[in-house]
Parts: sequence; C-alpha cells; structure tokens
Amino acid sequence: MATIQIGENEQHPDLALVASARTGDVQAFETLVNKYDRQIFRIAQHITQNREDAQDVVQDAFLKAYEKLDQFQGNSKFYTWLVRIAVNESLMRLRKRRTGKMVSIDDDIETEEGSVPRDLADWSPNPEQNYGQAELAEILRKTIQGLPHGFRIVFVLRDVDGLSTEETAETLGLSVPAVKSRLLRARLQLRERLSRYFRQKKAGEK
Amino acid sequence: MTCTEFLALLDEVIDDEVSAQTRSLVREHLKGCDHCEVTLNTTLKTIEIYRDHDIYEFPDSVRQRLHDVIIARCKNGC
Repeated sequence: MATIQIGENEQHPDLALVASARTGDVQAFETLVNKYDRQIFRIAQHITQNREDAQDVVQDAFLKAYEKLDQFQGNSKFYTWLVRIAVNESLMRLRKRRTGKMVSIDDDIETEEGSVPRDLADWSPNPEQNYGQAELAEILRKTIQGLPHGFRIVFVLRDVDGLSTEETAETLGLSVPAVKSRLLRARLQLRERLSRYFRQKKAGEK
Repeated sequence: MTCTEFLALLDEVIDDEVSAQTRSLVREHLKGCDHCEVTLNTTLKTIEIYRDHDIYEFPDSVRQRLHDVIIARCKNGC
C-alpha cells in the first residue's frame, strides 16, 4: 500500500483543511469527506455488517467530526480521530440491531480456532485466477464475516486500511500487545478459512 | 529455530520488524520447513487479497447522496 511519509517538521496536509473547516470553510471539510468516505464506509460495513447502517455511520461520523472539530487536538492524525468516531458510531448501530445488548470490541474473542495452522496446502500459482470477481468478493466477505468482530476490526484497520499497530491501538482503546495478539490470530484464522477455497487441489481431488 | 518459534514471530516477519540475525534464522528454518513456508506465503496472500479487493460496494450515487446531506447540514451548522 502506498503511504506518504511526512517528515517530523512537516505538517500533515489534513491539518490545514481542518483549520479552514474550523473557521466555517465547508469546502475544506468537503475535501476531507471526499478523501476518507470510502475508508469510513468500509470500516463501518465491516463492523455493522449492514449496508444501511454503514451508510448512516458515514453520514453521522462526518457530521459528528464537523461538530467536534474544536476538540480535535492535532496530537493524532485527523484520519485516526475520524476512524475512532466511526468505530464508536458503528458499535452503537450494532448495539441497536442487537436490541440494546452491549457490544464492545472485546466480544467473542475467546476462541482458540485457527491459532495453529492446520491446513498446510499451498495456494499457488494464484487463487484469484480460479474465481470471477463477484465470486471472489463473496468468498472474501463470507470468510471475514465469520471472524469475531474484535479480530475483524483489528485486521481491517491494521492490514486493509494500513494504520500502524500504535494507531490501531489508540483508535480502538486497546493496548499494543492486545492489538498484536488479535492481529496474529485474525491473520491465521482468515488464512485457515480461505485455505478451504484456495488450497491447491491434489490429483484426483474434486 | 522450531516451527513454534517461527509462528510466534510470524507477524514480525510479515511486517519486517525482525533483526537481521533473526531474519537469517527464519530464512534458515524456511529452507528446511515446507509447512512454515506455506503458512508464511498463504498468510501474506491473505493480507494482499483483502487489501486489493474492495469487497463492499459503495456506489457513486450513494456517495453523492451522503455528501449532499453532510455538506448541506454542515452549511446549516449541523
């Protein structure tokens, strides 16, 4: 994933947009919406697993961010601050769907499944070649939806969205060791589950 | 290096956070261990495939509708 390295003394370009938005420049805020709405939608969809909820989260997270721009300290990146708002909004939506049951990123993580690799078949040459775009997307959706959401969120922020371990920890209010432990288990569980689809077939196997 | 030791280092290996000395021990282990090599390669592929494929559609028409609502409400002071 392409990342832009910014030197210690260089200001992140988002900060200037935030400063303008604070003075009422809605166009500056619109630039931030355009820049990050896809990522926010993806994160919300991964957490809520519901398209309408994810769309509502995009709307509510940006509106809340706009309302609270004065509270943004600039100690962290604007994006990680925005993600934190979106994660909280997503968990709230999930709670509503589950009729008020408390939902946290600690739910359902007590599983040993997939901590040790069992399916050790290779996937070569390239599993993507064996599936059409829509079929592959369905496999990837089904597979990641089966993960406990405390693992799924960590995997999505860290590996798909490209946040650092520290940023992921800060965003989710977890310790760095907790993020590391969840990330390893998420990666291994996903790998194990995908292997059911992607494993290289031995001669004679259907 | 044993397979268990390799597995404990898997994330650091993937994220390239190991020292040169550990990297060489890992390389040595992988040369003689097909299972760990497959685990590493397929885990790398797992990450890559999720990174490269947007599995949830976010159509432009929906984006535009949400933008219009967000910006209209920002203009009205939310």
